[in-house]
Parts: sequence; structure tokens; C-alpha cells
Amino acid sequence: MAFKMSVQEYKGKINEVEIGKGEKAIKLGGQQTLAFYDFDGDTGNSQKIGIEITDVYPEEWVTGLKEFYGDAAKNPAEWAKFVEEKLNPDFICLRLQGADPNELDKSPEECAEVAKAVVEAIQLPLVIAGTGNHEKDAKVFEKVTAAVEGYNCLFLAATEENYKSVGAAAGLAYGHKVGAESSVDINLAKQLNVLLDQLGVKYEDIVMHIGCSAAGYGFEYLVSTVDRIRLAALAQNDKTLQMPIITPVSFETWGVKETIAEESDAPDWGDREERGITMEVTTATSILSVGADAVIVRHPKSLETMKDFVCQFA
Amino acid sequence: MALTGLDIFKLTPKKNCKDCGFPTCLAFSMKVAAGAMEIEKCPYMSDEALEKLSEATAPPMKALKVGNGDCEFKLGGETVLFRHEKTFVNRNRFAVMFTDELSDGHIEAKLDNIKKVNYVRIGEDMHVEIAALKYMGDKDKYVNLVKKVKESGVSLAYMLICEDPNVLQEALELVKNENPIVYGVNNENYEAMVNLVKDNKLPLGLKCEGIEELYNLVEKVQGLDYKELVLGTEGPTAKETFKNAVQIRRMALKDQDRKFGYPSVVFANELAKDNKYMEVAMSSLFTLKYGSIIVLEDIDYAKALPLFALRQNVYTDPQRPMRVEPDVYPVNGADENSPVLVTVDFALTYFIVAGEVERSKAPTWLAIPDAGGYSVLTAWAAGKFGAMSIAKFIKESGIADKTKSRKLVLPGLVAVLKGELEDELPDWEIVVGPEEAMHLPKFLKQLSQEEAANA
Repeated sequence: MAFKMSVQEYKGKINEVEIGKGEKAIKLGGQQTLAFYDFDGDTGNSQKIGIEITDVYPEEWVTGLKEFYGDAAKNPAEWAKFVEEKLNPDFICLRLQGADPNELDKSPEECAEVAKAVVEAIQLPLVIAGTGNHEKDAKVFEKVTAAVEGYNCLFLAATEENYKSVGAAAGLAYGHKVGAESSVDINLAKQLNVLLDQLGVKYEDIVMHIGCSAAGYGFEYLVSTVDRIRLAALAQNDKTLQMPIITPVSFETWGVKETIAEESDAPDWGDREERGITMEVTTATSILSVGADAVIVRHPKSLETMKDFVCQFA
Repeated sequence: MALTGLDIFKLTPKKNCKDCGFPTCLAFSMKVAAGAMEIEKCPYMSDEALEKLSEATAPPMKALKVGNGDCEFKLGGETVLFRHEKTFVNRNRFAVMFTDELSDGHIEAKLDNIKKVNYVRIGEDMHVEIAALKYMGDKDKYVNLVKKVKESGVSLAYMLICEDPNVLQEALELVKNENPIVYGVNNENYEAMVNLVKDNKLPLGLKCEGIEELYNLVEKVQGLDYKELVLGTEGPTAKETFKNAVQIRRMALKDQDRKFGYPSVVFANELAKDNKYMEVAMSSLFTLKYGSIIVLEDIDYAKALPLFALRQNVYTDPQRPMRVEPDVYPVNGADENSPVLVTVDFALTYFIVAGEVERSKAPTWLAIPDAGGYSVLTAWAAGKFGAMSIAKFIKESGIADKTKSRKLVLPGLVAVLKGELEDELPDWEIVVGPEEAMHLPKFLKQLSQEEAANA
């Protein structure tokens, strides 16, 4: 038998979604293949890597990172500008942790002000993440979406509990992109997309956030969920699952035992910052290799590694 | 050509003698058809039937034994391209690279690192399994290297990377009984290499410039009736190497082309070009996409913790959730005043709960009864996480001797068990915890404040 390359062509195509404005705007998705399978067809836009910043000073971050950012981290707009100039990621993710009712419980108006200052300080596209508290996020996003109107931001995220208000504010009223968050299940992901569609949000304005976990922490569910979503989108041409996927890797990887144990707790394990980077790199690479179109990381070294990695497959 | 269970059943003696370990011939046949059992396990098949079956039922990807004794393991034997279709079977193995250019000190340092990174994670031993021993041109030094690694006593399988049969012959004298992989077969040396390993049936590693040449080389080696192979994926770039790895696996499993039905080798160290983080990235990629042996430059915990954890997840059988050992675990230095928090033995639940408890920094005992490996609600619904079983575990685990606190925190999702548990455990105060693990830090903080206020 003579050698013959095994080529798999798919009918379906992942939607192309643009985030941001002007020259620095980015496009996610657009591929007709699995990640990096350019022997099968058009791999669409390259995967995008973003950097996480927060609206409040990140007390619990590793010392090395706090030293790297210095005083810039005390002012979100300064911080965003610093990230844009020094690190040049594909996008920035502003995480509104200060709004968490269990923390500072900042008002939606305060959050809107911060988000506006950040978006005006940078050219890069902005992803805005809430607190994870569905009720509070709905209130916060209502104000924030209005404050950053015209900047075409991506909001993380609309969930089953708050999709009506988040979807209406981000996707309908103020022309942003809606992140649809479900918890590691293909059917829940699909259902939320359908619900957003019924609300009037266009499929082309949705980016899926199908859940995240660090490598070692039930990551196999994430792998199989993305595998199944992509096969449904490409092979079965399922329109309700053809959205690009964004995964906020850093939200999970810095909170597991391997990355929070100080060197004094686990002397064999070595430098905590280094463990944080490797956990972030492993998780980000893995989710990109099964199909995520964008990941959010925290450490500049992770950003550098992931950008280089993606570049090698372009 | 795949045979169905019924096709195979027709060829069996149909006596239901159970000698194969299955209750009926049909059950056995179904297993064989699914590729989970070898037809030879039935001692009563006629030669004619066997011949008919062996070709058709041979698995699309060979499962190859590597190493010996403590460090023996299987590579390959995969049947699906995506784990949700069934499961991945034989996890990929990590190797550390040694060459004859290394100083003795450097060799020892690497061996020490391999010894040091050795731990258990959810019942699985985590350590480097293979020493990749690469010949760079100095035969005496190379033979010494093999000797040194072997005599170090570190439990490892060996992969000799060398394209010179003369050098290999000498090196093999030292380790041929350890069932090492001999990696370095090319278009020029393949006959000599096959002769070198065929008596001991050692796994033979093939490498070529491109994937088509590799395919033709496999054909030549198979033509010598040698089928204990592993395939090199080495391309000039990461992209090319990835293509090779995917194509090899896909042609074997999807197109059922047995020429590529073998485990693969990926040199992540070379793709990383001395960049440790890139090495971690490449190793992660090939753990997910079809690397059977992944070669690293060196090992430390920063690399091992995420990579071994990823591998453990990816190779978990989707039909059998990972479980933690039922026990009472101290978190944050739990002592005689710490409260007890009970949850299920489903590994994912355990990790999420343990992670949040750790984040809270509140010393806490984590009581994990046998709940069948299900999540809280599923275990409760299946009757495996009820008041009786929790109470029994609390009594038998001896936790009452470890802490004076009599607060027992119940997952919020099974608040319904509170009353019954109070009856079963009259000495304990049953506290209903939050429904979501993410609210545990706040909850535990309040709990310890109350405790302090009462004291």
C-alpha cells in the first residue's frame, strides 16, 4: 500500500469574532480544522494570548509579579498601559474582583469608571471579567457595558442565571461581544448559546467560555468537552456550537496546591513563581491544543512562551 | 476489516467453559471484538479459526512492552483518537536525555533529579520512567554512560539512541536483558539493526527525514518480519513534528493502516531549544496529541507537577471517575481543635473542596467516606452518601480522637441529611455548609470566629 496522507475535511466552520477597535483589534476563530491541523485545511486566525490585570491591588499574587508591576498595579489604567507597552499581549483582561460581594463589594458605578479609564488608556482589545457572582455581575455589567460603549469589548460572562441582563446589555444595547459561560458540559454550552440567540444576541457576537480547571484538577472533562464541541461544530456543522472559545487559564491555575504552596511548605518543589508559570503554560497549551481560540494568563513568562508556541504553528 | 462479536462467536466452541475467564463464549467474543481481549485466551479455538481471526482482530495499534521488572510498562495499544470515544489506555511515558558528551557530574545530577522527583498523586506513582541514552560520537564514553546509568540503581527503562550497530552491540551487552528500546533505525542500517535486536525481540525505534520515508522504512522492516517497533516523529520544526505525530496515530486508528500502528517518540527537549517553559508547552501538547514517549532534557518538580497531573487526567477512563482513598485528611495543619468537613471521594470534588479549604487557611479535617466515586448529589441519589454511611465512617475513622471539636460540616447540597445525622451522631453538632465550594473560605472563617467567640 502506498503512503497517503490522512486528510479530514469538515463542512463546518468556527465563526470569526472580532474584539477591540482599530489596528489592534483581534479576530478569533474562522477555522475549519482542529487546532494546529493545517494539513486538514484552513486553520483560521491564530490563537490569541491575553494578560490578566485586576481592578484592585493583587495582594495574593506571587512576589515576583508584584515587584515586576510595582506601583503600576495600584492603578488599573496605568497597569493596563504598562502591560500594553512592556508586554504587548494580544489583548488585556480586566478582572473586576473588587466588585465581589464577599470582598470589597464595589458599586457598579465604580467598576464602570475603572473600566472606562482602562479602555481609554490602551489600544489593545479589552476583555472584561466579572466576579463570578452571577447576580452582582449582571448589575456591574449593566453599567460597565454602557461606560465602554464603542470599544467592542468581550464580557466574561453571561451564565444561565444572568444571561438575560448580561446578554441584553453587552450583546444588544451597547454592541459588545458576549462571553457565554457554562460549566464543562457540551449540552449546557449549547443551551446557553440557544438562549442567547432567542434573546436576540447574534451567534457571531458570542464567544464561549466553557469552563476552566488547572491541569490535574478534572482537566480531562475540559479536554473532552472541547473535543466534543469542536467535532460537533466542524463535522456535524452544528451552528449552535460554532463559536470561538476563550479560556481564562490564570483564574484557575494560580489557586491550586501546586502553585500556592510556598517554598517553605514544600522545599522539594522549588520556586513558587516557577511552578506558577509551568502550571499556567501546561494548562494553556493543553486547552489551546484541543481547541481554545484564546487564553488568559497572568505571568509575562507564560505570555512569552505561549506567543512563541502559537507562532511556531502559524 | 473489523469482525463483530457475533462473527467471532461463530468460530468459538460455544461451550461456555469459562476457561477464558468470561461467563460465556459470547461475552468473551464481544470483548475480543472490542479489542479488549486477545483471541488466544480461548484454549479451544481451532488453528484454522485462529488464523482467520488473528489478522482481523489484531489491534490497530500495537501494545508494546518496554523495560523489565519494576520498570516494565506498556506503550501504545490505543483504539481511539479522542478519549471520549472510549478511553486512552497506556499513558505516555517521560524520558530524560543523557549523552556521552555529559560530564560525570552532570550525569549524576540528572540521575539525582530523577530520584528526587518521585511521588504519588491519587494512587499513581509519578516519576520519570525512561533514560534516553544518546550516542554523540565517543564510543567508550557512550558505553560508560550506559554502564553508569545502569549501575546507579535508579529504576528506569532504557532507550538507546544510536544509529551505529557496532556501538550498539557493545552497549546492548550491558542492558539487553532489560528490554530496552533501540532507537536509530534508518534506511541504511535497518538490516543490521534488526539482526541486532531480533533474538531478544527488543523494541526498535525508526527515524526518517519525512513521514513518507518513515512509512516506507516501516514497510522494509516489516518485510524482515520484525514488528516490535516505535516510530520517531522528528521533523525539522515543531509544526512538522506535530503533523507527523497526528498522522501516524490517525492513519493507524482511523484508516486502520497497520504500518503506523505503533507507539511514537517525541523529543520535546530538542523542540524546546533550551527553553524550559517551551519544553513544558511542547510536552503538554504531545501528551494530548499522540506522543507515547516524551523526552525531556531534565526533570524537576516545576515540570513534573503539571505534566504528570495532566497525563493522569488525560488517561483517566471516562467511564471510571478518579477516586481518592477514603480517609480523614488534615488540611492547613488541622489539630485537636479543628472542625470536620465531610464530602465525597470523587477526585474532582475532593480537589475542589480541598483547594478551597486550603485557600481559607483554616485548619480543617476533611472526612472522605467511600461514596462510590460519585459527586455529592449523584452519590446521595445512589444511596452511597447518606446519614448512615457518613455516621458509620465518622465513628470508625477515629476522628473523634483526633479533634475535640464536635462540629461536622455537611455539603450544602445534602442539607436534607442534617436531622437524620443528628440522630445518628448525637455527640456532634451538624452544621450545613455552603452549596458551592467557592464559598467555603468565607464559611470557614465565620465558623472559626464563632468557635473563638464561644471559647
